[in-house]
Amino acid sequence: MTKKIDELVKDGPVVINIGLRSFFEASKTQGIPVVHIKWEPPARGNRELLHLLDKLL
Amino acid sequence: MNIKKSIDTANQEALEKMARVQPILVDIDLAINVIPGMDKKTVLHAGPPIDWEKMSGPTKGAIAGILVYEGLADSIEDGYDLAASGEIKFDPNHDHDAVGPMTGVTAPHQSVFVLEDPKTKARAFCTLNEGRGKVLRFGGWGDDVLKRLNWMKDILAPTMKKAIIHSKGIDIKSIISESLHMGDEAHNRNRSGTYLFLSELTPHLLDTADSEIVKEVFQFVKDNADIFHLNLSMPHSKLIADAARDIEYCSLMVAMARNGTDIGIQVSGLGRSWFTSPATMVDGLYFPGYSTADACPDLGDSTISEVIGIGGFAMAASPAIVSFVGGVATDAVSRTERMYEITEGISKSFTIPILNFRGTPTGVDIRRVVELNETPLINTGIAHKDAGVGQIGAGLTAAPIEMFQDALRTFGKKFLG
Repeated sequence: MTKKIDELVKDGPVVINIGLRSFFEASKTQGIPVVHIKWEPPARGNRELLHLLDKLL
Repeated sequence: MNIKKSIDTANQEALEKMARVQPILVDIDLAINVIPGMDKKTVLHAGPPIDWEKMSGPTKGAIAGILVYEGLADSIEDGYDLAASGEIKFDPNHDHDAVGPMTGVTAPHQSVFVLEDPKTKARAFCTLNEGRGKVLRFGGWGDDVLKRLNWMKDILAPTMKKAIIHSKGIDIKSIISESLHMGDEAHNRNRSGTYLFLSELTPHLLDTADSEIVKEVFQFVKDNADIFHLNLSMPHSKLIADAARDIEYCSLMVAMARNGTDIGIQVSGLGRSWFTSPATMVDGLYFPGYSTADACPDLGDSTISEVIGIGGFAMAASPAIVSFVGGVATDAVSRTERMYEITEGISKSFTIPILNFRGTPTGVDIRRVVELNETPLINTGIAHKDAGVGQIGAGLTAAPIEMFQDALRTFGKKFLG
């Protein structure tokens, strides 16, 4: 474990960013290797539409 | 059968019906002779239904201009007065088996391409393309616009008509399929499609027309190569999309169109109802001297392309398109990849070389659009917000989510009770 932490401090993190794109942009600006995964709550979290989708999809 | 299974079965049926359509260009004729419900006092327009008062600047300008062309008004000012008087009936192209780019204005004495599916005999119609810049379909007007429209009616259309009939029909689907392998996406880049069409038509032009006229026609089409074939691609797509209409339980989008004020969609299982949202602004590249401040909101029936999986959905086939609509070549690939998430199937007819010949994403399912909050991506031309100017650029936009949410609510009410 100590070795892995040492490597992390030495080499820096590789980031997988999920959701908020601004965190991806900020990491990228600082030169941190980062990939972005687009994610948001299904149906933007709208309960009425989620209820409908549960029956239809 | 439970409802989810019924929807899946209906959606598969829709995809199969769409795949079977073979749009063939069989004729050119005046709109009044061939378009169902067309009469001397009817003018068709792009997008969902709209009253004269609410129409965008370019749509009003194109309608006023076409009334002069029709001989119903003596001047553009008279055209505005007549259009506002209530004497002229305005209807969406989509309600008359037709489509039209940008303002989509289609009048009784304009010539239209006639495309037909040989098996079902279903037909779709679209005017001939005038080229880019100051043209009627973008709301452009002037003596030059009128002169070009008359030349198209008196020379271009009759010459092409004879050649098309002599050819016994031109397979537009095969042309588009091939053009996607030659750098087109068949909405804003149609250059390869135009050249393929010309190569099909030319022997018949030479057999049926005087060589000086052939030269004139050839030159016009060649000068407008990047856009001429759009007006064949669009009715081709309309014919395919219409095959998926009116299937009970089907949740696929069968029309998406804009009138410069609103954008609307129709869904197979929900009949002729339109679900609308305010039309979006287009993020694009502008011709010199113009900017976003000059732009009309999104406009035209040309998003019928995206409905069947070409245009914005086939951008990966067309890296060159970004020089016209903005972005970088890798964006073109990622935009296509995003569309697989909201579509029910992949096309067997339209494939993308750079994606290992994977079929384009086809058949937008409103359930997936709402679930993922991912709406159809559109690439399109940009009209000036005021009448008389015409095209000022081209770019990218996405359909608004709200109309898909409304459609899903109505779908739920109808099929869940």
